[in-house]
Amino acid sequence: MRSALRWGVVALGSAAGLALWRRSSSKGRERVELYFSDGSMVSFPEDSTEAARLIPLARQVLTSARG
Amino acid sequence: MDAAQALADLTEISTQIQAALIADEKGAVLASTFADDATAGRAARSALDLLAAAEDAGPNGTVRLTQVLAATRAGSVFVVRGEDRIATAITGSEPTVGLVFYDLKTCLRLSAEQSEKTKRSRNEKEDEGKSVDA
Repeated sequence: MRSALRWGVVALGSAAGLALWRRSSSKGRERVELYFSDGSMVSFPEDSTEAARLIPLARQVLTSARG
Repeated sequence: MDAAQALADLTEISTQIQAALIADEKGAVLASTFADDATAGRAARSALDLLAAAEDAGPNGTVRLTQVLAATRAGSVFVVRGEDRIATAITGSEPTVGLVFYDLKTCLRLSAEQSEKTKRSRNEKEDEGKSVDA
């Protein structure tokens, strides 16, 4: 009984750790999301060719805005 | 509510938005929270370039592109497209995307409603003038 409880705690801890790690590793990633009139959405991650084209334009907006 | 008032309300309620503007589809700035008109004009043109490139990058078809989010490490750019104008906002990194889009769409809708009312009342005045002349 005690052993099962211990394994349960270990499993819960691992799951929480994995969730935290995944969350922190996705933070700071560049991406572009396009939303359409029919409610659909397309997301381009930073290593896609579309994002490689669109992110510099977004940086241009930020530069223009911040001077 | 005019475009300037809509933007003032937007920046008041949304603490994540650092700067925002409303422009027509040719890049003429209707209102902005930027320090000067030249900066706002440059940002509006850059936002339209982003929108045009995003339209090319998206799937081809009859569905209209209405919103763009570009998240960079330096900050995020939001563009919302209405019937005849766009609203653009910049935020820091990791904003609450849904909330910023909601606030930006509300701002755009309020400014467009006022513009429509102004147009309608101008047309009514012109019609009245014509009927008096006749």
